[in-house]
Amino acid sequence: MKGKKKHWYDYLWIWSIVYFALGFFNILFAWLGMIDFLLPLLLAVFGGNKFFCNHLCGRGQLYCKLGGDLKCSRNRATPKWMASKWFRYGFLLFFLTMFGIMVFQTYLVASGAESLREAIKLFWAFRVPWGWTYSGSVFPDWVAQFGFGFYSVMLTSLLLGFIVMIFFKPRTWCAFCPMGTMTQAICKLKNRKGHK
Amino acid sequence: MASKRYAAVDQTACVACGACEKACPLGAIKVYNGCFAKAAEDRCVGCGKCEKVCPANSIKLESRGNL
Repeated sequence: MKGKKKHWYDYLWIWSIVYFALGFFNILFAWLGMIDFLLPLLLAVFGGNKFFCNHLCGRGQLYCKLGGDLKCSRNRATPKWMASKWFRYGFLLFFLTMFGIMVFQTYLVASGAESLREAIKLFWAFRVPWGWTYSGSVFPDWVAQFGFGFYSVMLTSLLLGFIVMIFFKPRTWCAFCPMGTMTQAICKLKNRKGHK
Repeated sequence: MASKRYAAVDQTACVACGACEKACPLGAIKVYNGCFAKAAEDRCVGCGKCEKVCPANSIKLESRGNL
């Protein structure tokens, strides 16, 4: 990177830290994560590129900082299965299923069938109390429920990324990141006639 | 002046994350249309920085044919 011109978007790793910090104080800030969710899709669908992954992903930059600059990564090769198409698309399917369940949970709270659960779920299994981040708001309960669910997804994927960063390469998460897989698939569909 | 080796990308394995693009000191490797990365052979000096950071192990340094 020496000598390369720095852009404003090279500092988005700070945004990643700020996002998770905000969710520690008020769960409604979890909604801001929708930017990281929708922007890559919009850029892929309308721009036909992975500009988000390549330049705007604060999480990828954070892994680079910690794993590369701060040497928190063992820098071993990513296992072949982890970067295989089967695993990537399988993980995407699993991720979307769990996301769908989370949205359904939000619907149940919105419809009054269930009450708000002031907790986050790590690794889709471990419930962690997170009640201090919400004490009512002008919004209905389902808004907070989605916040808890979405923050769970974001924090779980961040932690998974940290784990693979430590054991393998800094950006090993990118090999099977569901957003990356989805946007690459969209780009390939969009550009299938253009290349060579 | 060209180096003996260059970065060859397995386009079917590339996840187009752009880690290589960031690591390349010469800006010789780029992600094309969000599909895969490709190194410009005439600019690549075969330093291997992209190979080192690639999370999908899709970059290998290969010898240039007619050198």
